[in-house]
Amino acid sequence: ATHVVEVKPARALAPGLIRSVAMAHIHRDDAEERGGFNFDNVRRNEMLRGSGLAFKNAMKTGTTISGVCFAGGVVLGADTRSTNGETVADKNCEKIHYIAPNIYCCGAGTAADTEAVTGMIASNLELHRMATKRDSRVITALTQLKTHLFKYQGHVGAALVLGGCDVDGPHLFTVYPHGSSDALPFATMGSGSLAAMAVFESDFKENMTEEEAKDLVARSIRAGIFNDLGSGSNVDLCVIKKGEVSYLRNHETPNERTYVRSKGYDFPPGSTPLNRRNFMTATSATLPLNETVIISEGAPEDAMVM
Amino acid sequence: SFQDDTALSTTMAAYGVPPALGVAPEMMEEISTGTTIMACQYDGGVVLGADSRTSTGTYVANRASDKITMVTDNVWMCRSGSAADTQNVCAYVKNLTEEHNMQRRGDLDPGMADVKLVANLTMQLAYKNKDKLSAGMIIGGWDATLGAQVYGIPLGGSMQRVPFTVGGSGSAYIYGWCDNTWRENMTREEAEGWVARAISLAIARDASSGGVVRLVTIHSKGSSRQMLEPKHQSLCESELPVIPRKVGGVVG
Repeated sequence: ATHVVEVKPARALAPGLIRSVAMAHIHRDDAEERGGFNFDNVRRNEMLRGSGLAFKNAMKTGTTISGVCFAGGVVLGADTRSTNGETVADKNCEKIHYIAPNIYCCGAGTAADTEAVTGMIASNLELHRMATKRDSRVITALTQLKTHLFKYQGHVGAALVLGGCDVDGPHLFTVYPHGSSDALPFATMGSGSLAAMAVFESDFKENMTEEEAKDLVARSIRAGIFNDLGSGSNVDLCVIKKGEVSYLRNHETPNERTYVRSKGYDFPPGSTPLNRRNFMTATSATLPLNETVIISEGAPEDAMVM
Repeated sequence: SFQDDTALSTTMAAYGVPPALGVAPEMMEEISTGTTIMACQYDGGVVLGADSRTSTGTYVANRASDKITMVTDNVWMCRSGSAADTQNVCAYVKNLTEEHNMQRRGDLDPGMADVKLVANLTMQLAYKNKDKLSAGMIIGGWDATLGAQVYGIPLGGSMQRVPFTVGGSGSAYIYGWCDNTWRENMTREEAEGWVARAISLAIARDASSGGVVRLVTIHSKGSSRQMLEPKHQSLCESELPVIPRKVGGVVG
C-alpha cells in the first residue's frame, strides 16, 4: 500500500539511533522497514473512544511464574489463572510457551502480548534453525525479545521468565516489559512473585537434583496461588535438560472442585418457564421449515420425520 | 487497555485503596538500577566499581545484578538509570564499536578498542536521544594510545574525561568523601580498596544501593573481575553511629 503516513518523531525509536529522526512524510512500508512505530491504531482507538465505544479490559495473567537452575538443566513453573479485571477468564490457561525444542518461556502481564511476542520469536527461531542447521541458543531468544520490547518502550506488556538448555549449558533469564533482562539462578515474575521469591530465598541451593528443583518450583508456585489473588488453580511445570524436555501440564491440581452434585445436572424439559413464543416465517428464498422426508427403504417407524 | 489499568491502579494506590488483585512489581514501574557506580584511574590502569541492586519501585528485582558491562576486552562500561535503556545502549555501542573497528582499525590489537572511541559513541547516542533515555554511564579502560582513561557521561549526554567519577543515586552520599581521600597515582591495591570502600559507604546510606560490591580492574595486560560479599566489605554499616541499646530493655 502506498498510503502516506506522518510518523511522529517523539515516539519513534528507529534501530539506527545515531541517525536523527526528522519530521517527514514516510510511506507506511518504509516506517516498518526502518523499525519505526506505526501508531495508526492509536488514532483509530481514540476516534472510537470519542464516538462512545466501551473498550474491554485487556485480559491479564495476574500470575505467578518462576524458574530455577539445577545441576544439568532448568525447571520453569507457572500457575494457570487468567484474569479479566476481577473475573477469572480462564481457570486453566497455559502460561509456559514454546520457543524452541530446548527453550521455553513463562509469560506474565498482558496475555495477548505474551502469546504474540513468544509466538513471534518462536517463529523467527525456527527459520533461523533452518538457515543455520543448528539448535537455537537461549541468548538468541533473549536478544530478540529484548530488542522487540525495547523498541516498543514498555507498551508491549510482556514480563517473561525464559529458560532453556543449549550447547553452552542451562540458562535462565527474566525479561521486563521495557526491554531489560537479568541472568539469575532463580527468578520469579508476576503479581505472585513476592510470595514465590520468599520460597526461593529460603530454600534455594546450588546444584540441586531434578526432583529437589521440581519440588522447590512447585512450592513457589503454590505460594503464589494461595497468597496472591491474581494467581490460582493449578501448577504447570516444565523441566528442560540437555536433549530432554518434560512439559508437565497440571503437575499439581490443589484446587479441584470439592463439592460436585452427585445427581449431576440434568434438567428435564419444562424446568425453565416459557414466557413468550416468537416464530418467524421463512422467506421464499430459504428452504420451507416443515419438510417431510419420504423413506424409500427401511421400516417407516425408523424414519426421522423432519 | 493495559495502559489504562496502570493509570487507574496508580491513582487508586495514591488514594490509599489497596489493589483488589495482586500487583506485579514489574508492571507498576520501570526497572531502574537505583545504584552506585564509580571509576578511577590509578598508576597503570583503571578500577571500575558498582553495587548490585536493581529495583522496581520498592521491590528489589535483582539483588545480584552486574552493572559493569564489557564493551571490549579493554573497555568496560558502568550503567546507572533505567536498566532497559542502559542495556540496550550498551548493546548498540558494542555493535557500533565492532563495526567501526572492522572498517578502520585493521590488524592493530584485535579485540581491543580505543577508550575514547567507545566513549564518543556512547555520548552520541546519549545526546541525540536525550529526551527518550534515562541513562548515566561511566566508561573506563586502557589503550596503547592514551593509557588509562575514565570518561563520565551523565544524563543529558555530555562527556568529560576525569581522573575519577561517581554516578547513580548513591553517588550523592560519597562525593565529599571521594574528593577528600582521592590521591593521584595510587597503586592497584590502593585503588581497588578505595573504590570498594566508597561503594560500601554509599550502600550504607543509600536505600537504592545494596548487595555485593563488584570491581573490574583494567590494565595493559588485560582485565579482571572481583566480587566482594557484604562480609568482605569494609564494615561501614556497623561503623555508623548508633545509641547502644539496653539488652532486654524497651526500644526507645
